[in-house]
Amino acid sequence: MKDKVIEKLNSSFKDDIVEISEFRGELTIVVKKEKIVDICKFLKEDPELSFDYLVDICGVDYYREKDRFAVVYNLWSLKNKFRLRLKVYVDEPDLVVPSVTSVWSAANWHERETFDMFGIKFSGHPDLRRIYMPEDFEYYPLRKDFPLQGIPGSIPLPGQEKVKIQRS
Amino acid sequence: MEERMDKIVESLSRRNIEAEVRRDPLGTEMILNVGPQHPATHGVLRLVLKLDGEYIVDAVPELGYLHRGKEKIAENMTFLEFLPHTDRMDYLAPLSNNTAYMLAVEKLFGVEAPKRAQYIRVILNELSRIASHLVWLGTFAMDVGALTVFMWCFREREKILSILDLVTGVRFTTSYARIGGVAQDITDEAIHAIKEFIDNFPKELEQCEKLLNKNRIFIERTDGIGVITKEQAIDIGLSGPNLRAVGVPRDLRKDEPYLVYGELDFDIPVYEEGDCLARYYVRLDEMKESVKIVRQCIEKLPPGPVKADEPKATHPKKEKIYTKMEELIHDFILTNFGGTPPVGEVYHAVENPKGELGFYIVSDGTGYPWRLKVRSPSFTNIQALPLMLKGHMIADLVVIIGSIDPVMGEADK
Repeated sequence: MKDKVIEKLNSSFKDDIVEISEFRGELTIVVKKEKIVDICKFLKEDPELSFDYLVDICGVDYYREKDRFAVVYNLWSLKNKFRLRLKVYVDEPDLVVPSVTSVWSAANWHERETFDMFGIKFSGHPDLRRIYMPEDFEYYPLRKDFPLQGIPGSIPLPGQEKVKIQRS
Repeated sequence: MEERMDKIVESLSRRNIEAEVRRDPLGTEMILNVGPQHPATHGVLRLVLKLDGEYIVDAVPELGYLHRGKEKIAENMTFLEFLPHTDRMDYLAPLSNNTAYMLAVEKLFGVEAPKRAQYIRVILNELSRIASHLVWLGTFAMDVGALTVFMWCFREREKILSILDLVTGVRFTTSYARIGGVAQDITDEAIHAIKEFIDNFPKELEQCEKLLNKNRIFIERTDGIGVITKEQAIDIGLSGPNLRAVGVPRDLRKDEPYLVYGELDFDIPVYEEGDCLARYYVRLDEMKESVKIVRQCIEKLPPGPVKADEPKATHPKKEKIYTKMEELIHDFILTNFGGTPPVGEVYHAVENPKGELGFYIVSDGTGYPWRLKVRSPSFTNIQALPLMLKGHMIADLVVIIGSIDPVMGEADK
């Protein structure tokens, strides 16, 4: 199954695959972010592969100079009982990834969560709001430069004015 | 709704009744806020409903009232230190969460638990599945107005909690799994208690079934309510019993056998209807299958150690720490710096009572996870709520929320 996925992707999207790796028997394919929707659509609609079930989407902050953020797509094929991980890298200042909500509606909340936690925007998302944090929260908590104990004053407590913190 | 108005006018005119239709100049739609402190939403789920009279036109679930930042916390502690936090996510089945997390960590470290530990994990997993489904069954029956079932289910669950007390030393937040095994061996007294429980439980479950299966109120309140189609369910990413109630036989215990599920004989209950009644039947049958699994495991339980002997990943035994230098060093390093996993990314998922619970771990080679993502089943199951609610009456809201079995501790992380 692994070979088939790689072969099929290679034949259709040869120039858009950045890296193929395997760790502990799990296949990870890094692709270019501009093509993510096309690749997802292909993986879902191809009758032999049929990755029709989106398990999860999440962000990762690698905290490095190049390719700081990644968005990880976790797919499952109900027909072949096979897992595949797709990954795209995204960098500041252009923190935008095309949304795959048009392929699987399950992506809706997962993308909202990724936006909430990392500030990665998904273009074409129908309802990109914060999901866990308050609407007016200004930071992205799962970024590595956000401190574990939070930023004092960033969430106003009852009877307390909101404090604007000067960032140096 | 305009359509329904037109239908009413049409049916009246078919019967030669002339009706003067006055449409509400103010509009009949209103917005209703349910939760987050509503007792029927099973936690702190908040729903914003758009109503047309008593019918639900649209629903928007809002999360985040129990968000504790578990993923951020995980990045700042060692792999073992995070274990107690997994108890507090799906607090109805903490043992399943422990096992799920440890399986992901073991996959990263490349450690495998000994056979006896795997059997013990399966036994406890299935017991907590029964406990979780019992809470669900009790509260669901209470949602539709049957109080007796609630009492009976909690009585049975209490027996399971007593067994957990015997095995793990705690009734509720167990933290029982360890990297490469379990915390302590299971005693003969506990095995005896489990045997006694699984001998009696099917009879007790039958009593509950007798109260519900032919209960007209129960059937009418659940049959055909909250229907979701197979295509919709796959598209929205439903998992667990909710997905099996629409006719998709997806169960990770069969699809990707972990632990010793591959060696056991059990069936996956699947129903086609996709309504609340089907979800009830799936969970009922699952409890019976769990009893079957526990019985087989008790019979097959092999002797041997309950924890792998991998000094670079698992804590050594206490008596060795006190007497041997090497073990003392390993214990010190593991406790303070959390071991040295290889650099890489793993994802491991198990079939939790609620659905697919997965842990995605990114490791940078230190004892702390660089990133830990929890794929929680309740989160995606709640996402399907608007699809199920649309077009139903507001009285069915409570039944539909109850039927998908959300646990907010898990959905909000």
